[in-house]
Amino acid sequence: MSIKRKFLEISKVGIEFPTPNGPFCALKDVDFSINEGEFVSIIGHSGCGKSTVLNIIAGLYQATSGGVILDGKEVDEPGPDRAVVFQSHALMPWLTVYENVALGVEQVFKGQKSKSEIKDWVEHNLRLVKMDHAMDKKPSEISGGMKQRVGIARCLAMQPKVMLMDEPFGALDALTRANLQDSVMQIQKELNTTVILITHDVDEAVLMSDKIIMMANGPAAKVGEILDINLDRPRERVALSKSDQFNHYRQQVLSFLYERKGVVDIEDEKRKRTIDEADALETDKIA
Amino acid sequence: MSTNSNSSSSFQHGSSEQLAGRVMKVISTFDFKSVVFPVIGVIVFCLLWSLAASRIDTSLGQFPGPAQVLSQSQTLLDEHFAEREKEQGFYDRQEVRNAKKLAKNPDAEIKIRKYTGKETFFDQVITSLKTVLFGFLVASLFAIPFGIACGLSDGVYKAMNPLIQIFKPVSPLAWLPLITMVVSATYSSESPWFEKSFLVSAFTVALCCLWPTLINTAVGVANVDKDLLNVSRVIKLPTSVHIRRIILPASIPMIFTGLRLSLATGWMVLIAAEMLSQNPGLGKFVWDEFQNGSSNSLSRIMVAVVVIGLIGFALDRVILLLQKTVSWDKQAVLR
Ligand SMILES: Nc1ncnc2c1ncn2[C@@H]1O[C@H](COP(=O)(O)OP(=O)(O)OP(=O)(O)O)[C@@H](O)[C@H]1O
Ligand SMILES: [Mg+2]
Repeated sequence: MSIKRKFLEISKVGIEFPTPNGPFCALKDVDFSINEGEFVSIIGHSGCGKSTVLNIIAGLYQATSGGVILDGKEVDEPGPDRAVVFQSHALMPWLTVYENVALGVEQVFKGQKSKSEIKDWVEHNLRLVKMDHAMDKKPSEISGGMKQRVGIARCLAMQPKVMLMDEPFGALDALTRANLQDSVMQIQKELNTTVILITHDVDEAVLMSDKIIMMANGPAAKVGEILDINLDRPRERVALSKSDQFNHYRQQVLSFLYERKGVVDIEDEKRKRTIDEADALETDKIA
Repeated sequence: MSTNSNSSSSFQHGSSEQLAGRVMKVISTFDFKSVVFPVIGVIVFCLLWSLAASRIDTSLGQFPGPAQVLSQSQTLLDEHFAEREKEQGFYDRQEVRNAKKLAKNPDAEIKIRKYTGKETFFDQVITSLKTVLFGFLVASLFAIPFGIACGLSDGVYKAMNPLIQIFKPVSPLAWLPLITMVVSATYSSESPWFEKSFLVSAFTVALCCLWPTLINTAVGVANVDKDLLNVSRVIKLPTSVHIRRIILPASIPMIFTGLRLSLATGWMVLIAAEMLSQNPGLGKFVWDEFQNGSSNSLSRIMVAVVVIGLIGFALDRVILLLQKTVSWDKQAVLR
């Protein structure tokens, strides 16, 4: 369609994990692309391979087939241009909030920023997530929501080309979650960051995204459908919940997850597999 | 009843009540269980000990009870100070003699001889302590870096594992003759920093201190939280920073568990090594007393046994204290 290259391209990505019972094909032919500054959610049932996709984009996992191209360069190792916000916040418990953010900043801007610039930059990012008041606290001394904010600050402070978030709000209560969602939307709009957010919360996906990538169930999972969300920003959750358009999108995601390809007919899948295996045996015999 | 007197009396009443309350609070916060129970345990043990001791007759007399051990430790202390006085006297006399010589003839050659008295019990304690700490330090200096390497790299681990598995179960006492021969063959200098016997004992200790620290460090490093490692990979921390800021803090508890095990086994092995090789230290003291076979020998050995135990306990506490100061997790329950 467009001649212009996409900012982030995931093409025909597949991955097989070695297991005791032979290789397990988690993803097969996962294909999608993302524009710069876009907010994209990946939604799907538990175990369908959302985290695996994210880890491949992050470079933490190596795809068995296919590849990821970010800004014209192939991704083959982890790097700060694809910073990750982990579900388990993953803050170093022995470092203070400030030090946790500074750890990345010092490395990424080594030789570019002076000491005082680094300090200002870390503080700026903590202010962005409203955590500048707890800079000298240890992660054990702040709440779960606050930890997640620090994780986001650490990610933003590295100025990534894409921000990868793996269920960042999964472990939070509803109010804290709403609060953080608003913060992230606001920051994303301000900085025009490209974001990939993994979630299994339908409301969250519709509220926050420009595009929702719905994944079919595994094994050998692939992208089921891609839904563009054309809602004006800034989005306001209470107003939106009453809007027909919002509910329409919401319903489309729900129907994908629960009525269509989201739930693969397991019996069907099994039957197909046994037939495949039988075929394989046959060909073995012939060979 | 006037309000005035009432209020003043109630004030006095209140303050005495407050005082009582405060005393009660102090008493209730004072953890009886952690003080009284251990004391009870020790007292019961001593009673049983003296009962049992009075029934055991050996060829060296009755087995020592707590009372004999107490009196004998006093004797050992006295002996120590007597020996120190003797030493001081020796040096004083030597100085006077040399001064006289110089006064007679300023060009006279003066000799300063070292006092070569018998080593007291406390000298032996100090020797053993120095030996175990030196051996432990040397071992840790090797074990921690190798442990980190094993934990970080599967290849290094696979290369080292067979060696670890084979050498770990070998009693360091089996190495003792080899170490003795190697040290006497290779280590010789005019004014040695260390005595040969000291090095032999220390290396024997080091050999057994190596394994617990090495293994625990490797396990600790290999089990650092996956997410934290991923953070480090995303940030692209260079290896040195990665080890310093992620791996080391994360595996501090396991490293210290290893160190404590190491020091405990090192201390045990040292006593045995000293007995076997007749190198100076507590082990030699025990062996010498056994060979002496005087009526006091058993009590003196028993004093040594108690002191060995107390020192082992103290060493463990020292490492624990060190862990508390080094560890980032001040709330961690350490035992
Ligand atoms: N390292 C691995 N080794 C073997 N199998 C794996 C590995 N990582 C993931 N899998 C498998 O791949 C599939 C997808 O896992 P993944 O963690 O990506 O799911 P997910 O969609 O993120 O699920 P959730 O929503 O529960 O986080 C699962 O069936 C899982 O068992
Ligand atoms: Mg996941």
